[in-house]
Amino acid sequence: MTNKETRTATIQLKDIKKLYKIGGETVAALDGITTNIYQGEFAALMGPSGSGKSTLMNILGCLDRPTMGSYKLDGQEVAGLSDDKLAVTRNKKIGFVFQNFNLLSRISALENVALPLVYSGVGRKERLEKAMHFLEAVGLADRAGHQPNELSGGQRQRVAIARALVNDPHIIMADEPTGNLDTKSTKEIMEIFQKMHGMGRTIILVTHEPEIAACASRQLLVRDGKITRDEGKGVVMDVI
Amino acid sequence: MLFSESFQMALTSLYANKMRSLLTMLGIIIGVGAVIALVSVGMGVRSNVTSSIASLGSNMLIVSPGSSNRGGVRGAAGSMQTLKYDDAKAIKDKIKNIDFVSPSVSSSYQIVYGNNNWKTSVQGVTPEFMSIRSLTIGYGSFVSTDDMNKRNRVAVIGTTVASNLFAKDNPVGKNIRINNQPYKVIGLLESKGQSSVGQDQDDVIYIPLTTAQERMLGITYVQSINVQVSSQEKMEQVQAEIENLLRSRHHIVAGKDDDFHVRNLTSLMETVNQSTSMLTLLLGAIAGISLIVGGIGIMNIMMVSVTERTREIGIRKALGATFMNIMTQFLIESMVIGIIGGIIGIVFGCAASKIIAQLGDFTTVITITPIIISFIFSVGIGLFFGIYPARKAAKLDPIEALRYE
Repeated sequence: MTNKETRTATIQLKDIKKLYKIGGETVAALDGITTNIYQGEFAALMGPSGSGKSTLMNILGCLDRPTMGSYKLDGQEVAGLSDDKLAVTRNKKIGFVFQNFNLLSRISALENVALPLVYSGVGRKERLEKAMHFLEAVGLADRAGHQPNELSGGQRQRVAIARALVNDPHIIMADEPTGNLDTKSTKEIMEIFQKMHGMGRTIILVTHEPEIAACASRQLLVRDGKITRDEGKGVVMDVI
Repeated sequence: MLFSESFQMALTSLYANKMRSLLTMLGIIIGVGAVIALVSVGMGVRSNVTSSIASLGSNMLIVSPGSSNRGGVRGAAGSMQTLKYDDAKAIKDKIKNIDFVSPSVSSSYQIVYGNNNWKTSVQGVTPEFMSIRSLTIGYGSFVSTDDMNKRNRVAVIGTTVASNLFAKDNPVGKNIRINNQPYKVIGLLESKGQSSVGQDQDDVIYIPLTTAQERMLGITYVQSINVQVSSQEKMEQVQAEIENLLRSRHHIVAGKDDDFHVRNLTSLMETVNQSTSMLTLLLGAIAGISLIVGGIGIMNIMMVSVTERTREIGIRKALGATFMNIMTQFLIESMVIGIIGGIIGIVFGCAASKIIAQLGDFTTVITITPIIISFIFSVGIGLFFGIYPARKAAKLDPIEALRYE
């Protein structure tokens, strides 16, 4: 285990607030979040529904902007970026894994994996080669030509993980990645996450299951728009 | 993102919804097809009318005498007696770019053969008249130069005259009486049918000009001179030259009115062209409306498609698609509908035009212009009516879109 001070924070959040106006009343979904997440951390965001953990996830994933506060990703301020700049940031730096997989149903697993590369301007041949490499890494090379509806839930989530990795992003954001899976698949997926963590990737996992959160090296509890508990901060795996 | 890839992506997604894509295209197919078919009908009408005018004699100038004016009393047009056979000769000899010159006179007489009689127009003409009016001889021969020189009493008759006087007999070689003088029938014309103004072109008798002037009418002037110009472009120039020549031959000083008129069929042709062009334009415009309706169909379906694929758009945006990426994707999709619909429409339109020609015994003319214009129009419509749905897709909030069920 390495001390946090020797590492730079990949994510620096400072007093992040997200306000919504509902019927003339202002509601704070996030009420002043300040924390750092370091390169190589495996952080689990926990909290009951309505706690604001999804809102925080959206902001961390550059899908949404905070109303106030500063969000530095790799030292670069992203809180005020335009939609298109956020899109480019997502494409280059963040890989998403969703609860309901979010694969395009009409194209093959391989093409699904290659999709982020389409938007970073990689040529077709190189794109499919890279995608194939990552499908192999999650053990689905033999399923490359299948459409998502021909795959099991666990296989779909592995395709989604390959897609999240294909553009070599700094951060993997996983939103309840095992929420729709059976016990066996859940175990497989969590093993893949731990392997990625072992290779030094930063992983942020949203979950409400304590067993899943236990796999992570750090647990953040969000309640009423604030972080109320933070355990295992700065604990990162050594890069092997 | 490459254009060809977006194009392929559009084809894939259109193929995934085959039936819907086809129905959407149907609007464009019908629109383009209707434009091409109806314009070809309009062009067909135009070519019909034009060719029937041309059969009157194309590139024709008609010189006729002016009206007389004695002591303030003005005579009918052509009542002056100043136009002579020599004028016709002079025109032929001195002016270039002329194919034929044919002076003529005409009058109406009661024609008698045996127990039958028939009143018709008798025209004194020169041998050139046959070429100028595109006449063809069915039996026998036309008026010859020899007939002209000898002032022979010979006649060439039209089919209407022949059927009224001779019933089913062959008229060639028989003698008929015109103005109580005997004429030998030397030729029977082939039927030309009705003219475009409803006149029976077969109800006529042609005799040599000299015979008509001296033996029948007892006059020295001619009533009109038909001039066939070698090409359409030379018409105006030749017309001016004829006017100058006749003014000098008739000793008309500057400032005095001409004692003749030179008319041409070009102005008639222009009028006809103008009105048939209007007809074509009208038919095209009506068909064009259906093309626009087809475009609205595209917009409608694209809107449905955007709503239906909200989640897909959300996924693409989450993975890094920019506003322009999504916009291009949907625009190309609607443009592809326009392109494919346009191509199928062209095939259908040409087929429909051929079928109309077959069924209606009607001439249709397919030209490249309406094909190109309606194709460009259909692609443009696909593009135009795709903008709004594409913008709507590209502006979707990724979080909302991902949450969409």
